Amino acid sequence: MSQPPRIVITGLGLTAPNGNSLKEFRANLLAGKARIAEIEVRHMGRQPAGVCDFDATKWQKRKEIRNGTRAGSISIYCAREALADAGLDWEKVNKARVGVYLGITEHGNVETENEIFNISQFGNDTKYWTHHHNPRTVANNPAGEVTMNMGITGPHYTIGAACAAGNAGLIQAAQMLQLGEVDLAFAGGISESIHTFGIFAGFKNQGALGSHTDPNQASRPFDKNRNGIVISEGGAIYVLERLDDALARGAKIIAEIAGWCINSDATDAVLPNPERQTQCVQMALERAKLRPQDINIVSTHATATAQGDIQECIALRNVFQHCPQTYINNTKSFIGHCMGAAGALELAGNLPSFEDNWVHPTINISELDPECALPGLVVNQPQQVPEVKTILNNSFGMLGINSALIVKKYEVA
Amino acid sequence: MTGFECLKRTLANMTKNDIKQVVLDIIADIAPDEDLSAVKPEVRLRDQLSLDSMDFLDIVMELRKKHGIEVPEADYVQLASLDSCAEYLLPKFLAKQGK
Repeated sequence: MSQPPRIVITGLGLTAPNGNSLKEFRANLLAGKARIAEIEVRHMGRQPAGVCDFDATKWQKRKEIRNGTRAGSISIYCAREALADAGLDWEKVNKARVGVYLGITEHGNVETENEIFNISQFGNDTKYWTHHHNPRTVANNPAGEVTMNMGITGPHYTIGAACAAGNAGLIQAAQMLQLGEVDLAFAGGISESIHTFGIFAGFKNQGALGSHTDPNQASRPFDKNRNGIVISEGGAIYVLERLDDALARGAKIIAEIAGWCINSDATDAVLPNPERQTQCVQMALERAKLRPQDINIVSTHATATAQGDIQECIALRNVFQHCPQTYINNTKSFIGHCMGAAGALELAGNLPSFEDNWVHPTINISELDPECALPGLVVNQPQQVPEVKTILNNSFGMLGINSALIVKKYEVA
Repeated sequence: MTGFECLKRTLANMTKNDIKQVVLDIIADIAPDEDLSAVKPEVRLRDQLSLDSMDFLDIVMELRKKHGIEVPEADYVQLASLDSCAEYLLPKFLAKQGK
């Protein structure tokens, strides 16, 4: 079997609770600036949450915003910003050869909860249920809104992969490019989860909802006193192309997709399985033709739950215990858990390391949990390192879905 | 006179122009990008504004939610222009006030 074509990242657009561009996001990650708000959650009162403040009207008409979904607006903002970053002459791009592949943790809960509340104001009479409900809640909605906004006529769909979804979107796009299904892909992950009370209540009753008197300290993976997840919204969408196409148009190449793996625990709906996580990372390394000691940054998934962080640390020790040049960090300590966007955003914040050789830290650690004291963990302060050439991005999700994606600095082979 | 009685009297004296304003206010909500300053009452709304079938369903829904007015599907055609809206809806508004 011949070698599949190499896939590269040539554009990136994002919105995170602490930044609406990669430049702003990265600056805050290096400066140790978290940005978690407190919002009023229906039926639950004030809760810490990561809120994005991008200007949706930059790329959408007000009617589009009204009729669409928050997930759609996040997606459109990120995709449009990615397009601008990629430097493509959009008028000349064959839109039928463009695909949109967006990872989501869930979709439709926000709109369904809103409509249930709406008709409760009218005696639960369903004649007051909006006719916008179905187009808003179909699972392809966020990707479909992107195609309508941008005139893309190639394939679009979402990839439901719980909190592994951001990686899954990128992996799907790489596969479709390698298969020749499309010539250009917009891919990544998005989430509007903070607008549904159900996800807050679910985590609360699972004993996994984070809290702190200072919202900016509520998300504290690896800290001994961590007490759960801070729910956030956000998105990160990348432009992906085959390397040859990118070179032919003289594109700026941000990174190369080196390898990946998605596997399943097949054990428990919520409790992670470090054995399967280990296998997932090892398989990604094998496919990337890299050894553990070749990885410079491991961007962890850790969400600040009591057990989940420890499980991931077991897996990482299994693979990286003898890798003194491997540095480990976490982005959720700054922005909370962006669910379907988490993997894509967490990778994005690390990509500038290829240029500046800084590793952003994991913050909010007052007392490091001994069970999470990984060698190479970058704690509270950024660390300058000799060189960053590879990043391993972990994203795991409920029902035991694990994903590991490796990207590398582009070098002419 | 209570606020409710005042409102009831106001509604009871509604004119066709009031109905047109009710419809324009709804359109302003559902199509916020549109310039409504020069809408011609006798011209079909779809011929002068960017409105689609979902938008007309929004008009029907807002009439139901805000004003308790029902427009059966067979009568949707009556909402074509501001003039036809006023002609069709005024009796419904007045009937709602017991006139």
